[in-house]
Amino acid sequence: MKIAYYPGCSLETTGIEFHLSTEYCAKKVDLELWEIPSWNCCGASSAHTLDHLLSLALPARNLAIAEKEGLDVAVPCAACYTHFKNVEAEVRQNEEVQQEVAQVIDMDYHATNNTKSILEVFVDQVGLNAIGAEVKKPLEGLKVACYYGCFLVRPPKLGHFDDRTEDPQSMDDLITALGGTPVEWPHKTECCGAGMVTLSPENGLPLSYELLRAAQLCGADCIAAACPMCQMNLDLRQEEIKKKYKADFNLPIYYFTELMALSFGASPKEIGLQKHFVESVSLVAEIGRKETA
Amino acid sequence: MQSIELTATHSAAKDWEEKMKADGVDISACYQCGKCTAGCPMAESMDYTTRQVVRLLQMGLVDEALRSNSIWFCLSCQTCSTRCPKDVDPAKMMEVLRWESQKQGVAAMPNVIIFHKAFLEAVKNNGRLFEVEMTMKNNLRSRDLFNNVDLGPKMMFKGKLQMLPPRIGDNGEVKKLFERVRERRGG
Ligand code: SF4
Ligand code: SF4
Repeated sequence: MKIAYYPGCSLETTGIEFHLSTEYCAKKVDLELWEIPSWNCCGASSAHTLDHLLSLALPARNLAIAEKEGLDVAVPCAACYTHFKNVEAEVRQNEEVQQEVAQVIDMDYHATNNTKSILEVFVDQVGLNAIGAEVKKPLEGLKVACYYGCFLVRPPKLGHFDDRTEDPQSMDDLITALGGTPVEWPHKTECCGAGMVTLSPENGLPLSYELLRAAQLCGADCIAAACPMCQMNLDLRQEEIKKKYKADFNLPIYYFTELMALSFGASPKEIGLQKHFVESVSLVAEIGRKETA
Repeated sequence: MQSIELTATHSAAKDWEEKMKADGVDISACYQCGKCTAGCPMAESMDYTTRQVVRLLQMGLVDEALRSNSIWFCLSCQTCSTRCPKDVDPAKMMEVLRWESQKQGVAAMPNVIIFHKAFLEAVKNNGRLFEVEMTMKNNLRSRDLFNNVDLGPKMMFKGKLQMLPPRIGDNGEVKKLFERVRERRGG
């Protein structure tokens, strides 16, 4: 299976582990990721805040390059994903918007292709059977709080593959297929504080704190994230949160693709686990003792 | 207590009802149930809660809404719009208010705008986000030179900070895209 791949800016820097582990897993399940040549930044929340047309045009240029190849687009970052989905919806609904966007990007674009989150591509297109068949080191005994965040499920009118908006299950099913144990917890789709954690920690940090607290109270050993912004807030800021709230969580924040890669037999190093700020290697050092293959 | 000119607020309410409708936001449908505020993760930080901002618009107190910090604390998490029983789309309302607040130069949190501008400039110049350029511009302009600089060395130590600008090989396409957007704005 071949799909266009849009890594997005974070996956070149702060979220490089997401990129490395996604590529590792894709190879194992014969998923060909065609990285969009000369892809550009989606504009993130900045374009959204400052200029509506720009917030459509920046993602559209990437989508148009993939459309020319007749390919759907896989997007790991949940924030890029929602911006892409937004453009698709607006271009499909409104012919004027479609024409204006095409003029600004100087390319034909009709939104005939679809944006898919990388979670969707693995769970829905590759499928849990094919994934289960690749598991060499099951995540036995690992209790995982699956964290979907805002944009994989909201707003529902954008049409997401996991439409159990308030209680999504797709990542939980994936963790189960990898041999792990998803925990029940109420914060699956709560916001991590996004940019506010950096812009105004006093107001943003409490959101990340609540997430960590809920995960720990519900018995999780770690959190599985699907967005580089969420992962960074929960991982990088954990030390600050520890000081501020006198709460020593010590919870590794993995990308779900890292857990998948580990269960496929990847070494922590080759997918960049040592780059986490909360030490994340020792918790998974023991997995797969009972090797299946 | 401040007095309010009722005829003026009435016509402002009508104007904004129309303006919001054009972006799919139905202000008049709101029956003030408060479900939006109940699920809003930033409610405690906001001077007017999400429900109250809708009410301000219903009453034509637009200026209050445009000057509130609420619209800048809103994280676009979409919880309100997901749960609103009347499909008002308060998250979109917040977004439209941000555009207008900035246009009128009355934003309560100018630093947020400085940050977003620095971000987009870095994207315009490089095609992708170049964090070093963005952080430097942001900190200079917001006169907060040491904002988050402690994170730089941490990132670098983990090999997560790019010191050189990205080269995307787009033949200047992204810069032209920015320019075409600006031409359309007539700016
Ligand atoms: S949830 Fe909807 S109807 Fe209820 S107060 Fe908020 S905007 Fe109004
Ligand atoms: S979108 Fe904004 S207003 Fe709505 S719940 Fe989220 S933070 Fe609150």
